[in-house]
Amino acid sequence: MALAIELTGITKRFPGVIANDDINLAVEAGEIHAICGENGAGKSTLMKILYGMQPADEGVMKVNGEIVDFTSPSEAIDAGIGMVHQHFMLAGQLSVLENVILGAEPTKSANRIDRAVATKHLAEVGEAYGLTIDPDDLVETLEVGERQRVEIIKVLYRGAKILILDEPTAVLVPQEVDELFRNMRELKADGATILFIDHKLEEVLEIADTITVLRQGKTVATVKPTDVTTADLAELMVGSELPTPATSASTVTDEVALEIRDLTVLDDNGRPSVDNVSLRVHRGEVVGVAGVEGNGQNEMIEAVMGTEPIHAGTIILHNSDITRLSVRARREAGIGYVPQDRHHEGLLLEAPLWENAALGYQTKAPFSRGIWFDSAGTRERTEKIREEFDVRTPDIDVSAHALSGGNQQKLIIGREMASEPELLVAAHPTRGIDVGAQAAVWENIRKARRAGMATLLISADLEELIGLSDTIVVMYKGRLVAVLDPNEIDARALGSYMTGANLALDTTAGDAS
Amino acid sequence: MTDDSLRRRIFMTLAAPVGAVLLSVVFSAIVLLIAGANPFAAYADMFEHAAKLETQVSMINRATPLYISGVAAAIGFRMNLFNIGVEGQYLLAAIFAAFVGGAVALPGVFHIGLILLVAMFVGGMWAGVAGLLYTQRGINEVISTIMLNGVALGLVAALVKEWQAKGDIAIVKVGTEPIADSGIIPNLTFIPELFGDIRNDLTGVLVIAIVVGISYHVLINRTVFGYDLRASGANPFAARAGGIPPKRMVMTAMLMSGAVGGLVGMAEIMDKGRYNPNFVGYLGFNGIAVTLLGRNHPAGIALGALLWAFLEASSNILQVTNTAPKEIADIMKGVILLSTVIGYEVVRRIRVREEAARTAARLAEVA
Ligand SMILES: Nc1ncnc2c1ncn2[C@@H]1O[C@H](COP(=O)(O)OP(=O)(O)OP(=O)(O)O)[C@@H](O)[C@H]1O
Ligand SMILES: [Mg+2]
Repeated sequence: MALAIELTGITKRFPGVIANDDINLAVEAGEIHAICGENGAGKSTLMKILYGMQPADEGVMKVNGEIVDFTSPSEAIDAGIGMVHQHFMLAGQLSVLENVILGAEPTKSANRIDRAVATKHLAEVGEAYGLTIDPDDLVETLEVGERQRVEIIKVLYRGAKILILDEPTAVLVPQEVDELFRNMRELKADGATILFIDHKLEEVLEIADTITVLRQGKTVATVKPTDVTTADLAELMVGSELPTPATSASTVTDEVALEIRDLTVLDDNGRPSVDNVSLRVHRGEVVGVAGVEGNGQNEMIEAVMGTEPIHAGTIILHNSDITRLSVRARREAGIGYVPQDRHHEGLLLEAPLWENAALGYQTKAPFSRGIWFDSAGTRERTEKIREEFDVRTPDIDVSAHALSGGNQQKLIIGREMASEPELLVAAHPTRGIDVGAQAAVWENIRKARRAGMATLLISADLEELIGLSDTIVVMYKGRLVAVLDPNEIDARALGSYMTGANLALDTTAGDAS
Repeated sequence: MTDDSLRRRIFMTLAAPVGAVLLSVVFSAIVLLIAGANPFAAYADMFEHAAKLETQVSMINRATPLYISGVAAAIGFRMNLFNIGVEGQYLLAAIFAAFVGGAVALPGVFHIGLILLVAMFVGGMWAGVAGLLYTQRGINEVISTIMLNGVALGLVAALVKEWQAKGDIAIVKVGTEPIADSGIIPNLTFIPELFGDIRNDLTGVLVIAIVVGISYHVLINRTVFGYDLRASGANPFAARAGGIPPKRMVMTAMLMSGAVGGLVGMAEIMDKGRYNPNFVGYLGFNGIAVTLLGRNHPAGIALGALLWAFLEASSNILQVTNTAPKEIADIMKGVILLSTVIGYEVVRRIRVREEAARTAARLAEVA
């Protein structure tokens, strides 16, 4: 078969690191080709080079047999390549249609966008690939799975025949992943070539025709999914065996660390996004909140953190009412926070790592003494985080945006865990983290849990929810609709609870613990 | 850090503004040629003038309020808060400070202290109005401070009449009551004297400018508040999640910016001993330019202020010598400003590329 993409000797250097080191990659036309590798292995960098976002320092790229040298994404788009990024790039305030045509507006006269033509074209694209979405919806109001579909449609709309998807499943729940894979197979049947990055190895084996593994910027193997197991893949990625998830004895105490009482949060339209929720998390307990994105989990943790106003209810941390406290006071009372979107709420992307390591803790030692910021103490702590949480970076003076996605996440986890919180509020703590590092983060949370840390966990990764939680509650349309024992449920069953399908089965709805 | 890399860093930091100045020299020369003037003669006049000690003293006198104004703007810029209102803040602060200073008689330190406090208070309050509008009503600070400038100018015009000095016809209509000597910050005459000039007075407000600059540096880089300020500017959402109260930061930054802004008019007050109707204008707007040049950096702003003062001195001398239209200084200001902003971006890119190449070379050595 003909090669859709052929990369030879691609090399890309950044200050202090070689992101891509003499990489060779051959992708056949019409296949689904997975790229695997640890955090910082150079996957996103390679894809950005192929998409014309960054120039390679060395190497030759061929697309459909012809040598290309893209200096911008628009040239890649002209050559039929489209990319959906690890961190979405949509404008929330615009409609689906506007987002899709942004930068590729069909024009009637000089500057006017021809909406009619665009709508028609969008419908055609959607139909051809079985991707449907209302063009007039505001992107802001969409769930993650839908946003991703918008990103894909946006790419197809520009006539892409070669699709690059950077960690498309990281933000999806299993049902949405199935949907995405269905779409991918359909695209493939229509002759598209798909390159995608994924840290979940079962998924890779399920969907890929060919798998290329990168390690420290080099291609280490290209394999067929039928010839390998997930353990083999992990070994290729990290050069050692996949750690088996440790089962651990319960450390739940009867001391309540966090209590949420009758919490109601209203959205902008005055409708409840969290509807009269009560919940308890004990010292040494992990309570996992399952739910399809957009069912109130985020609003609930924002209420616990105090970043968004609540309508009614009480939040109690270790017997003291914190409902009226500021975010800072809550932080100082010992709440750690891993926000759901690391770029939005987690990091100062333009600031160096050591400044990022202080964020949220700047009023406490070792980051400050009284009113004085302590640079030396901060740097020392940052080095410690870097070491303990394996944040791969040349040094702690680089800015956060220079880290790979997974390493940014590790930095955030490290920052929060290093402060030894009483309560950890974590949304998707291992999103985008490779299998090896994921096991390490889990182990870290378990260790802290043994020492008495209470955890309120949200995750789209159901294996993570089941593997880490002592109790799972399901949130649906703003309410707690089920309390489940993680030992007695699997991902599939949990998935159906989340979509509301198993509602009738449950009787304890509304009151957890 | 090695000597070599330190030297490189300094070079890279200065590359953009120095390049911008050179570019403006070339560009203005072309403009002068087209206008039929001799650029060499004009530049020679400018430098000859600037080489004189007395010009230098007056440049520093001029740069002093510009510097304070630059720092005032920079405090807001650090958190992406655009206080365009220093103009109104300093004028209003100046007239209040002069009025109060002229109305009382106190021992020296207290008298001067009172005047400075009033200035800072009035400047802070006026900026605080914009802060309130922002935090309570969500009104963009750029728009509100611009509008408040207009209001302040009107207010000042009214107050000048209201607070006009009474009594002797000779001093009526020339401003507020004169401030007694106890309220005047003495000039630093001893410094020019060291260099052999005894005719010129170096403004004592220079000391205040230096204190303001050092305080600014310490505040931004050494305190938790400074960290909060920078974090809010870098990513307001992450800052909020990190426990930094967004509204209180806006309010505090506005108050501080305004309080420093209130001091901008002090050099003139101390020089004239009162607020007079042709009080020096545009220091607020020029302060913004100076801050852009200096990238919000305490030393950078100082260099920017001196450059601005030099260009203004040049514009004055060209009027005298008539070798070139004095507007050439304004053209140079504009070109410098534009090309520095572009230059900073270019330098940033070069830096990244060079660093990558150096790393590669280092790695190749090891391998
Ligand atoms: N703009 C940049 N400036 C400096 N270094 C960078 C930049 N972008 C990436 N790097 C570095 O290049 C290496 C590869 O990063 P890349 O983002 O390609 O990793 P990745 O394989 O996609 O990892 P992840 O699974 O965590 O997303 C990392 O060490 C990263 O720190
Ligand atoms: Mg990546």
